[in-house]
Amino acid sequence: MLTFTIRRLVLAVPTLLFISLVIFLLLQLAPGDPMAQVPLTVPPEVKEKMREALGLGQPLYVQYWKWIVQFFWVEPQVLIDHWFGTSFSTDNLRVISWQTRSPVMDIVIQRIPQTLWVVGTAYVVGILIALPIGIYSAYRQYSWFDQIGTFVAMVGFSVPPFFSGVLVIVIFSVELGWFPSIYDTTLVVDSWESFLQQLRQMVMPVMVLALQITAQISRFMRASMLDNLNQDYVRTARAKGLTERTVVLVHVLRNSMIPVVTVIALGVPSIFGGAIITEQVFKVNGIGQLLIGAIQANDLPMVQTLTFIFAVLIVVFNLIADVLYGVLDPRIRYD
Amino acid sequence: MTDKERFVPDEGLTPASTAIPAAGELEEFTRPPRSQWLNVWDQFKHHKGAMAGGILFLVIVLTVFVGPWLWPLDATTIDIRARNQGPSLAHPFGTDQLGRDTFARMMAGGRTSVSVGIAAMLLALGLGSLIGVLAGFFRRLDGPLMRLTDLFLALPLLPLLLVMMLLFREPLNAAFGPEQGIFILIVTAIGVTSWMPTARIVRGDVLALKEREFVLAARSIGTTNTKLIARHILPNVLSPIMVSATLGIATAIITESALSFLGLGFPPDYPTWGRLLFDATDYLQQYPERVFWPGMAISLTVLSVNYLGDGLRDALDPRIRGR
Amino acid sequence: MNFKAILLGTIATAVLAPAAFAEGGRGRDGEVKIIYWQAPSILNPYLSGGTKDIDASALVIEPLARYDEKGNLVAYLAEDIPTLANGGVSEDLKSITWKLKKGLKWSDGSPVTSEDVKFTAEYCMNPEGGCASLSFFDGVEKVEALDDLTVKVTFNQPKPNPYGPFVGGQSPIIQKKQFENCTGAKAPECTEANFNPVGTGPFMVKDFRPNDVIQYVANPNYRDPDKPAFASVTFKGGGDATAAARAVMETGEFDHAWNLQLAPDVIAKMEQGGKGQVQVGFGPLVERLEMNLTDPSPDLPEGERSTRKHPHPFLSDMAVRKALSMAIDRELLVEIGYGKAGKVTCDLVPSPDNYAAKNDYCLKQDIAGANALLDEAGYKDTNGDGIRETKDGKPLKILYQTSTNAVRQDFQALIKEWWRQIGVETELRNINASVFFGGDPGSPDTFQKFYADVEMYANTFNGTDPQQYLAAYRCGNEPKPESQWQGENINRYCDPEYDKLIDELARTGDIKKRGEIAIRMNNMLTKDSYTIVPLVHRGRVSAIASSLGGYKMNVWDSEMWNIADWYRIK
Repeated sequence: MLTFTIRRLVLAVPTLLFISLVIFLLLQLAPGDPMAQVPLTVPPEVKEKMREALGLGQPLYVQYWKWIVQFFWVEPQVLIDHWFGTSFSTDNLRVISWQTRSPVMDIVIQRIPQTLWVVGTAYVVGILIALPIGIYSAYRQYSWFDQIGTFVAMVGFSVPPFFSGVLVIVIFSVELGWFPSIYDTTLVVDSWESFLQQLRQMVMPVMVLALQITAQISRFMRASMLDNLNQDYVRTARAKGLTERTVVLVHVLRNSMIPVVTVIALGVPSIFGGAIITEQVFKVNGIGQLLIGAIQANDLPMVQTLTFIFAVLIVVFNLIADVLYGVLDPRIRYD
Repeated sequence: MTDKERFVPDEGLTPASTAIPAAGELEEFTRPPRSQWLNVWDQFKHHKGAMAGGILFLVIVLTVFVGPWLWPLDATTIDIRARNQGPSLAHPFGTDQLGRDTFARMMAGGRTSVSVGIAAMLLALGLGSLIGVLAGFFRRLDGPLMRLTDLFLALPLLPLLLVMMLLFREPLNAAFGPEQGIFILIVTAIGVTSWMPTARIVRGDVLALKEREFVLAARSIGTTNTKLIARHILPNVLSPIMVSATLGIATAIITESALSFLGLGFPPDYPTWGRLLFDATDYLQQYPERVFWPGMAISLTVLSVNYLGDGLRDALDPRIRGR
Repeated sequence: MNFKAILLGTIATAVLAPAAFAEGGRGRDGEVKIIYWQAPSILNPYLSGGTKDIDASALVIEPLARYDEKGNLVAYLAEDIPTLANGGVSEDLKSITWKLKKGLKWSDGSPVTSEDVKFTAEYCMNPEGGCASLSFFDGVEKVEALDDLTVKVTFNQPKPNPYGPFVGGQSPIIQKKQFENCTGAKAPECTEANFNPVGTGPFMVKDFRPNDVIQYVANPNYRDPDKPAFASVTFKGGGDATAAARAVMETGEFDHAWNLQLAPDVIAKMEQGGKGQVQVGFGPLVERLEMNLTDPSPDLPEGERSTRKHPHPFLSDMAVRKALSMAIDRELLVEIGYGKAGKVTCDLVPSPDNYAAKNDYCLKQDIAGANALLDEAGYKDTNGDGIRETKDGKPLKILYQTSTNAVRQDFQALIKEWWRQIGVETELRNINASVFFGGDPGSPDTFQKFYADVEMYANTFNGTDPQQYLAAYRCGNEPKPESQWQGENINRYCDPEYDKLIDELARTGDIKKRGEIAIRMNNMLTKDSYTIVPLVHRGRVSAIASSLGGYKMNVWDSEMWNIADWYRIK
């Protein structure tokens, strides 16, 4: 398994480089103009000058090479400088956003806490609710609990966040006045009071997101448990006199985890990617909001960098899932 | 599982599902063999959830496809004097801000949403299952196919759709006409960008399955790979595929609405459920019924497909047949 | 509090407010919270040009003069407004001399001098800088600092309207000391300066998070010791217009929300929340239909579509354009789409008063008249499918495109229905705004390329003078392949008469005469040729909390123009 992991990690480098090239070409090919949001009152000649100042006129390979150098060479230096107080990176141009004319990575780092707080919490909450629901629904298939669980999960998944978000805002902010409708990203949690405030402003976005995540994972958990509950080894385990608890929660659960691990691993990168619509609705200015804003403004360096970080996470977490398969089911071997 | 534990006789812990058929059904064993699909259908028929889901689904499909022929009002007819009306006899679901009949719009929207949802889901499912099974089953294909999956997972959706629109809208319009062309484009766009989770899930299950004893047994008696996949692997990965299918329909309907309000989807006078829901969200407080109808229609469609899927899965599982 | 009490309270504060306003010192009213649904990305308007960025920077940096809510110039950093009468503008209209107020200080305590003004011009006019306000410095030959407080701007030709440079929110004065090393290609590298400019305005930046939120505190060196009344400002960005309106009028979390293009009944319902109201101001913004005078047919080879080589098969006929305009009920469009935030208009330039033609030819919908006009012009439905054909058998089918936006899609549906009634079939298309308004020559969907028969959007001009706006319709200024599809003459309009008027307007200094010429030009484009079919004169809509005093809606400049005068009604 170790050799497999190392081989895959080594292979990840060319994979990621290829992905970055595809993303780059895709973004270049996509119609769009960083000047789209500049008012029509600015004459076309001026817009042309502004484009030139962004370096748009350069040939493609130059632009791509510049990004590669900035991302893989300059940005790590900046990070090292930041940690150790050295000065490797002076005078080297970093990846600069076209919207803000400032280093992309600085903004990303500014945004990560919001996203982790809200999307991360929602993900953890969602998994913690989904697993027990999925297990119990399968164990008592077609019971009332299962039926209600199915209904709620399906409705929860069918209702898109652009609607459910507004619905909870109207109920809890406008009518009841319990929670703020706009997330305060400047809040510093340094006291009990501010911690409570942070909790209050997180409740609604976490609720909306967790509903979606719970719906999805509990369905996969239930289906997979159902497949396993009727297997012969379950009968054997019961026949051996294992307690029902051990049979279900150890033997069946472990064998049912493969699809669930896949789904969870697919979801983890999206924690970083943020939840675009939910972040928009609640004004949690996290990574998702940054990405959609950058796409709308055609801020290619920003989109390229964010998507690439996202790609790295995808590759890493899919690798982790593959390793976990081997742990869950030792018969799976890759070599 | 530990070997140390002594064998303990069955103490009645076994749930009913694994019980041996009662003696009274002995006749069943003496009857001539029946086709497998007949058995499946028998099982399906007796599955209450599946039948309810199936009927509901049929009703929805009939309403949205046949309904517009019977209903006198057209989805695009504007009657400006009758705008923003509540439910009435003439307009059972009320009217919108331009006085268009919401019931007619729901039916017209449903036709688009249901077709897009199902077509895109089938495409994604087909692609996902194919790639998942191939990658899980053939070790040599695993690397390239999974890296391809990683690539697709990483591609930013919106620019990808913009590029597809740019490259294929005009040729498809020319070949199939504006409505068919955009339908094909949207179904392909959604299908091509949503097969990856299914592929990963199916591959994970296949990886575990192909090391199981019955696969080894089948292989040892010389079953070909194609047969092996069709008879032994596919039926056993059916349940995650079914879950993907139900979730996939909901995702496709909602993604379509996202495309439409970004200006990448159907023309603006073409209602769809997702778009009706999105447009109504602004009026949530004034006219709550306007969000209710499309929201409920999407949920009901997804629920019915879910129960259908459940029934199908149960019916195809020989271990629980006859329960 | 019941309604009566609120009413009494409002009257009481209205009476007491001026008194309360005069006394009390800087920072007495705590915090004011502003929400923009587009988040500011940078606080240097020279590098952005976006309204959100101009408004966010208006709290910090100021121009020499601004337009007030009526469109009159008011001196900000300048002592007074230079005119021909007071000798500030030279007789030959080729130079203007500004005098700075005495004793002005930057927020870091250093004095504001004419060198800063001169540097601002150099910064923007640097050819490598990509300055968004470059057109404000059009025709500037040189900027000289005559002494510490006097600046002279010389133009290379007579400028009837010399109030371009250093006037209005797009052209504020930046500090030389701070931006000295940031000119030209180095402009984007000065993140610190671009995010935290030193200014003369009532506030200074405490914390700037790009595309998210800005926190400001009162500037201790602001020239009026009693202002601003607020000690700090939170300027939040992001989300959508509905949510922003809700945060002001329903939940009361914010005090000011900007640019709320929402359906009138949505706004009316929110106003019932009682925590705030909507304010509307009318500038020259007009929502219009643009008629394509050239043929956009996809059958033409690429590079010839929508170019002057091929006139449009039927839209080049004025009768068709006129009929299309006559079929539209503009009153209804306003009622459904804009409510009190819109007015019916038949003009390209609806304001300011001096330049407005105030036409009324289009106010009444006349379907029968439109039908008769088309019959008379020879467009008959020969094959009985309900669609008229041209004399050589081409059906009157129109592709009608616009950007994605709920109100615009409602307009499309309504207009399509009206045009159906006069025997014209319409195909609708909506396009993502960032593609439609972008100038990507590779995309077929930009408004410049105009691969459609009719398109709808809104446009306006800066300040109070429409000269440049009207000059856009010059022959040859149309987007075409040779110019990478850049150009402002969207309709491909070409009339030598009109070009003569453009030149005449550029030479005329007398304000009354200028008005007459502009009105003639306006009529040539609208009433006399139906090249541009105006629909709605759109207002700028903002929501204001009931407790916010001193706010004055201003459409001629940044909305934040008088934030120093804002206060809390107690």
